[in-house]
Amino acid sequence: MILEFDLVILVFLVLTAIIALQVKDLLAASMILGVYSLLICLLWAEMGAVDVAFTEAAVGAGVSTVVMIATVFQTRRRSKD
Amino acid sequence: MKLIGGLAVIVTGALLLRASQDFPDWSDPLSPANDSQTSNYFLENAYVDAKTPNVVTVVLGDYRAFDTMFETVVILTAGLAIFAVLGWTQREEVKDSAVLEAVEENPIIGITCRLLVPIIQLFALYVLAHGHYSPGGGFQGGVMFGASFIILALGTGLGSALKRFRDTRALVIGAIGVLLYAGIGFLPMFLGDGPVRNFLDYGALKQILPVDKESMARSHAILGIETGVFITVSAVMFAVYFLLASHGRTKNSL
Repeated sequence: MILEFDLVILVFLVLTAIIALQVKDLLAASMILGVYSLLICLLWAEMGAVDVAFTEAAVGAGVSTVVMIATVFQTRRRSKD
Repeated sequence: MKLIGGLAVIVTGALLLRASQDFPDWSDPLSPANDSQTSNYFLENAYVDAKTPNVVTVVLGDYRAFDTMFETVVILTAGLAIFAVLGWTQREEVKDSAVLEAVEENPIIGITCRLLVPIIQLFALYVLAHGHYSPGGGFQGGVMFGASFIILALGTGLGSALKRFRDTRALVIGAIGVLLYAGIGFLPMFLGDGPVRNFLDYGALKQILPVDKESMARSHAILGIETGVFITVSAVMFAVYFLLASHGRTKNSL
């Protein structure tokens, strides 16, 4: 475990989490959550949990971001009725 | 209201930070996770029992196979739930089929996605087949295989992806994966030589597989159940995407 590497990742994790909450655009928020997943994946790979990191990269950063974006495109600000 | 919310967040965060002091140090050999009997047994015997170097695969596919089976069922249930919410109420044909038609506005994106798909699928199959030796396995490979169809849908339109992966069959294929898993699990119970074997006790498959040791039979059976997981996960991933992207209005899903 490399301390400097960990510190950089953790600082960026907190930053991306705050940005994802603050940003008004839902599309941008889901992209930033994808970045968050990728950072967590880096952290796990670095701690030696390669299987978990692989799953996080495939599911968290890949498919769930796409699913969230697909959902964002289907939502409207106002209801139809 | 904002003040109360902020206060709740700060108090919870402080509690969690306090609780994290009790965690054992990273890679502490005396921590409960590292010092327990089971984890030592797994580390020492995984290769002897299943002839598979990747301990994670052995724990997931053999020692904790029952757990993994129901994880697969959970994924299938998630796909069915999304279908039940989105696909059930709106059964009528789509009037404006813009969602489903292949809209290739930008040829560069379309062609790049088409070129990427076979490479991703090949890598997904490699991840599945090589899970015994390297990180990966059914879940990761299945997600990547499903993602290849999602890329096709994103780049060339949902309709052209649905031509290659029928929406009517996606959830059926997902159920077939679970059936394959449970079927391999049931086989040892009916291959009786001596005492009755347990559900998912692959050692008994020695009789029908061309191997001479029970450990090799376990290794092959792990590949079999990982294939079941792969089929379920890839089908459900794509089903979740096309149901969400088309508002559940694919032509006749299921």
